[in-house]
Amino acid sequence: MSEFLFLYRGADRGGSPEQLQQRMQKWTAWMKELTAKGHMKDQGHPLERSGKVVKGKQKTVIDGPFAESKDLVGGYTLIEARDLAQAVELSKGCPIFEAESAVLEVRPIMIMNI
Amino acid sequence: MEPNEHLFRREAGRMVATLTRIFGVHNLALAEDVVQDAFCRALEVWSLRGMPENPSAWLMATAKNRALDVLRRERTARAFAPELGRLLESEWTLAPAMEDLFAASAIKDDQLRMMFSCCHPRLPEESQVALILHILCGFSVDEVAGAFVNTFAATQKRITRAKKILAGSKRLFDVTVTAEFSSRLPVVLRTLYLLFNEGYHGASAETAVRVELCHEAMRLVAIVLDQPLGKAPAAHALLALMCLNAARLPARIDSSGDLHSLFDQDRSQWDWQLLSEGLRFLELSAAGSELTEYHIEAGIAAAHAQATRTEETDWKAIVSLYDLLIALNPSPIVALNRAIAIAQNEGPERGLAEIQSIGDSDRLVAYPFYSAALGELELRCGKREIARRHFSAAFALARNPMERRFLGGRIAVCERDATP
Repeated sequence: MSEFLFLYRGADRGGSPEQLQQRMQKWTAWMKELTAKGHMKDQGHPLERSGKVVKGKQKTVIDGPFAESKDLVGGYTLIEARDLAQAVELSKGCPIFEAESAVLEVRPIMIMNI
Repeated sequence: MEPNEHLFRREAGRMVATLTRIFGVHNLALAEDVVQDAFCRALEVWSLRGMPENPSAWLMATAKNRALDVLRRERTARAFAPELGRLLESEWTLAPAMEDLFAASAIKDDQLRMMFSCCHPRLPEESQVALILHILCGFSVDEVAGAFVNTFAATQKRITRAKKILAGSKRLFDVTVTAEFSSRLPVVLRTLYLLFNEGYHGASAETAVRVELCHEAMRLVAIVLDQPLGKAPAAHALLALMCLNAARLPARIDSSGDLHSLFDQDRSQWDWQLLSEGLRFLELSAAGSELTEYHIEAGIAAAHAQATRTEETDWKAIVSLYDLLIALNPSPIVALNRAIAIAQNEGPERGLAEIQSIGDSDRLVAYPFYSAALGELELRCGKREIARRHFSAAFALARNPMERRFLGGRIAVCERDATP
């Protein structure tokens, strides 16, 4: 088994309370399924939309991530899968894709012990 | 944990009511923004971390923190609720004041205040109901449009205009002034009655019954009754009528989604606990001398509830209740229901004569159950072909698949019986 980082971007923030609740329930179901099938390494955390960026040799501190709001990383999860292909397959079940602008980045974690 | 089916909607209403109380009614839009923000945070955190133990408390706490941010950031630039005034201005009083404002009992009062404020005298009834659904029940404009079988554009216009009037009123309705409370109470009850009926008999294109509208109406009446001033006979009667009718919902739509008229419902499916609660509220409603439409309608529902089989129904009592009701509210729909009760009591011919004598029947013609009632009574007279024609007319007016299936079934009965 290898590990993969799922990075979530561009989740839909709008909708009526009813729609938001339904979306939340889909997430819960998806996470539950990943856990049940033994793919959940670490459910990760959501990230605040604010922050600071520290840059270059000068360590210049700038307000906030630069990304436009749709490109902002909203959170991450650590997944276990056989290979990248399976990890990608797993990612496709994510409810984030109900949003047109959603992007889910699947990145293999580098392995220490060859 | 499995959240309540409509948890977010309900919490939306509670949060908007409380935040509007704090920010002032002129800042209604700000309150709505803060609520939306709280929901977004909830969605982001809960999606990955799962639901908290107590999601309602989590949402409220988030709304409270956001509200504190807003108050601190904008208190010099913006005026908030005038009646809270200085409490919110000083850091010394802000935190304890917020604790009090977010106490459970305060939140309940805020919903009551908002309910009464939505029933603003300058708003037509439809707007009052739409506003209550939108603000206190957390329905989006789209969902309100669905509930009232109206277009999105028309509903949006109605709600926008209603919000403008609400936000333009100087302050939220003061529910502690007895005289004002009592004079607006009938309007509030009427609005909740309309909300319930929309769920129970509504003209939805998808389903004949929207149980969630009925439940919301009942929840809001219960909030009114929780207030000492709200414990009026009419409010008890209204909740009685809602309980007694809602108790029949499980039999009105069966497990395969078919609609059943009162006559062929499986009465063992009725919610007996809700029935007994309804009867208890009906008893409480008898205090005082006031007799409202709600009392009579609850009485009719109680008469049905007390018959374990259709044949045991006391139609005579029901007809006399309809006589009282029609004196209070001479509407063609009441007249139609009265005629149906007379038919049960004195035979289909008498019922048909009563229907024919309804003066203002133009308004009934578009109502599928007018033709359906004619069909039913003609069928009982043995006039199958005439009955079939009435049912076909009703079928053409049916508003959702459930009504169509039901009326299609009645047409089939006429045709089946016609061929020996």
